[in-house]
Amino acid sequence: MFRKLPDSTMKAVTLSIDGVRVECAQGETVAAVLLRQQECWARLSTVSQAPRAPYCMMGVCFDCLAIVDGVASVQTCLTAVRDGMIIERQRGRPEAA
Amino acid sequence: MSRNVDLLIIGAGPAGMSAAVTARRHGLDVLVVDEQPAPGGQIWRNVETMAATARGRLLGAAYAEGAGAVTRFRASGAAYEPGTQVWQVEPGPRAYMTRQGATSLVEARCLLLATGAQERPVPFEGWTLPGVLTVGAAQILLKSSGQIPDVPVWIAGNGPLPLLYATQLLKVGGRIAGFLDTTPPDRRRAASRMFPGAVLGAPGDIAKGLVWMATLRRAGVKIVRGVTDIEAIGGQAIERIRYRIASGDDVTVPAQTLLVHEGIVPTIHPTLALGCAHRWDAAQICFAPQLDEWGETSQQDIFVAGDGAGIGGATAAGLRGEIVAIRIAARLGRLSEGQAAASARPARGKLRRALISRPFLDALCGPRHAVLVPNDRTLACRCEEVTVSEIRAQVAYGRPGPNQVKAFTRAGMGPCQGRQCAYTVASILAEAEGRAVPDLGLYRARPPFKPLTIGELAALDETSEAA
Ligand code: FES
Repeated sequence: MFRKLPDSTMKAVTLSIDGVRVECAQGETVAAVLLRQQECWARLSTVSQAPRAPYCMMGVCFDCLAIVDGVASVQTCLTAVRDGMIIERQRGRPEAA
Repeated sequence: MSRNVDLLIIGAGPAGMSAAVTARRHGLDVLVVDEQPAPGGQIWRNVETMAATARGRLLGAAYAEGAGAVTRFRASGAAYEPGTQVWQVEPGPRAYMTRQGATSLVEARCLLLATGAQERPVPFEGWTLPGVLTVGAAQILLKSSGQIPDVPVWIAGNGPLPLLYATQLLKVGGRIAGFLDTTPPDRRRAASRMFPGAVLGAPGDIAKGLVWMATLRRAGVKIVRGVTDIEAIGGQAIERIRYRIASGDDVTVPAQTLLVHEGIVPTIHPTLALGCAHRWDAAQICFAPQLDEWGETSQQDIFVAGDGAGIGGATAAGLRGEIVAIRIAARLGRLSEGQAAASARPARGKLRRALISRPFLDALCGPRHAVLVPNDRTLACRCEEVTVSEIRAQVAYGRPGPNQVKAFTRAGMGPCQGRQCAYTVASILAEAEGRAVPDLGLYRARPPFKPLTIGELAALDETSEAA
């Protein structure tokens, strides 16, 4: 849904999203990386299981919640990428994840 | 871990940074904590890295100004802890926070909340579909990730930000499918009566808006005025949008990305949790903490500066930060009352000038009715997926306020804790009950403000006993 401008080269970081290796740049947030993926959603809503993607990018909507290095319900728009980070999309309530 | 400081500042945007610089000048021991990885707040997001680059220059002069403010802040000697989540504040003042998995308690002689603003929630059918984002979100992606929509984007809304982002997007090579201007015609007329005053008082602000509009026209962007209703349609993500034009006709077009924006409102979660008194700002259609002329809340030693005190923009935010810091320096014995009054005088004069075009902007940029009370099928509460009609149905059982409705419908109980639905729920109830939003009030804010892991809470227990 989003793409990086061609001159946006920074130090490369590798993380995994649901087991898929993804290259990204130092200094960006996990939510920004999610929005560049074919499947840009971060979590399924708790009631109707509808996909939700980062919406506000400033920490006020909580639709960017995902499981980061095993911790559920992390706001990925406030989380900077780190090499080796493991991201899992969050399916429903965190207890069920 | 428990720490003591003279002044704790939450937020490293224009207000927080300028307050830190001023407080340091008076020799206070200052700690600044912020959610973001770098100083600047939303307006100057990532400015340290971007300002000197070619793309940073494309973002405009107002953005570039942030570089100087950040440099002064970095040089001020204030302790600065980015990437910090504050999850509880209490009178004392006292704040609990988490940074890199470590939890700590900070006891401060004075607390400054410089937590800024959030975009006003813009509920409509389909607003939760992936592919719908706020304009602010898209601008953050541009500033912090050098990232733009990969298809021509639809932009819908009102106020300066959609126009500013649209021009920035064009400059960096992005494409715009259409610009849906939702400014209601009556607001345009009301604002135009204030236009001469605004032009004389702040010609720069007004000229900017006109230049942005001209840029869009020159680029051949389709501009539709007087759009009233918007709906996003799709299954797993947005596929089409439908919008109603001034004639009353509906138009449906394919869309993969829709950006929306209907102005900004002060962040009041922390002051609500602290039990501070709030006032209703009828011009800006929002609540703001009640403050004295120095920015102090109804709770002693707790202050607010910046857009969190009422929307005024970056220049006003910096000046309010300076004024508050002077007061705090006096409170902590570094200045006499008379010295404080004298040293705040220049900033007060500049603040008046910085706010001169506000009445014009407030008149032009207020939300249309459907933003406050959307149609019945719209999700009022994104988190718990409660529709407008479910909220309205509660009125059949008496005259409930937001807190009763929360208990019965779960609206406001999800992770965002009402940040996205508080105004919507209050507006729906007010309309259905024939009351005014300020009489209904808002949800009570309960700690923690942010999801916490049990591990983080447990870590705090041990350390505070040891402290
Ligand atoms: S995108 Fe809204 S909280 Fe992260």
